[in-house]
Amino acid sequence: MTTATVSLGASVSSQSRFMQLALAALLGIFVVGFVGFSHIDAVHNAAHDYRHSMAFPCH
Amino acid sequence: MNLFRNVVFVAAIAGLVAGVVLACMQAYATVPLILKAEVYEQAGGGHHHDHGAAPAATDTNAMSTIAPAGNAMSSAAPAAEAAAPAAEDEGWAPADGFERFAFSVLANIVTGIGFALVLVAVSEFAGGIGTWRQGVFWGLAGFAVFTLAPGLGLPPELPAMPAAELLPRQIWWTATVVATAIGLGLIAFRKSLPLAILGVLLIVAPHIVGAPQPDSFETPIPEGLHHQFVVAVTVTNLVFWLVLGAVVGVVRGRFTGAAANLRDSFA
Repeated sequence: MTTATVSLGASVSSQSRFMQLALAALLGIFVVGFVGFSHIDAVHNAAHDYRHSMAFPCH
Repeated sequence: MNLFRNVVFVAAIAGLVAGVVLACMQAYATVPLILKAEVYEQAGGGHHHDHGAAPAATDTNAMSTIAPAGNAMSSAAPAAEAAAPAAEDEGWAPADGFERFAFSVLANIVTGIGFALVLVAVSEFAGGIGTWRQGVFWGLAGFAVFTLAPGLGLPPELPAMPAAELLPRQIWWTATVVATAIGLGLIAFRKSLPLAILGVLLIVAPHIVGAPQPDSFETPIPEGLHHQFVVAVTVTNLVFWLVLGAVVGVVRGRFTGAAANLRDSFA
């Protein structure tokens, strides 16, 4: 951390940088959405206590 | 995809650590309260997953479920009720005890990594989380966005508590999270008064619209038990976000530090 501009991928273009970060964020949203919001019964039941404990809309 | 890989790496470590911490806190703070509430739920006649009280014949969930496995959740129900039309049938569920706990831990870790992916990716746009202290502030923001703001309109609920239709609540929850995140971002990263005011408006707007509420708040759950649960959920989530942010700061700091050293050694 020599300068404030040290980043996780210093050598990528700004467009590619945007795409990769957006992709990572979308992947995270998808994962949380599937576990926390899926209407599939088996997924709901498996993560039941978790959904309640996270105050996700449940039932 | 170098940057993507690094983001996933940092998020995986931070999500794993924070997810395990959250699962441990839940095992002591929230899950015992959920189990207590389920006693009231079963005394009140089984699960209330279908709020429209749909007759069994129109229950599409029951119809689409082939070969119902032993449903642990409703196993405490009297035999007569279990043999009654499959209104109670909700498909596969983990068995009570270790299996149920194991799936909760898994859900915590998987979504911990999911939240971490969002946190790391968004914070990279703003220059990245450099230290554990910066991480704590990013964690506070995550807590405000994902727990505090949606929790105001839709407080954490226990089983057997009345609630409005699921889908409108999920839409309100998601819209509130997005509006709060954009609002906080405008306040924190745009040095402009009009944009800061717009940010405040965005944070307030979902609460003026209002969250979908049930027709009646009647519930067998004691008020004290619910209040205890709201506190437990809020505090455990606060710690989760603080840990998540701090670990991202530490891991990312080591990562970028190591990368700089590698560059130096190749030079």
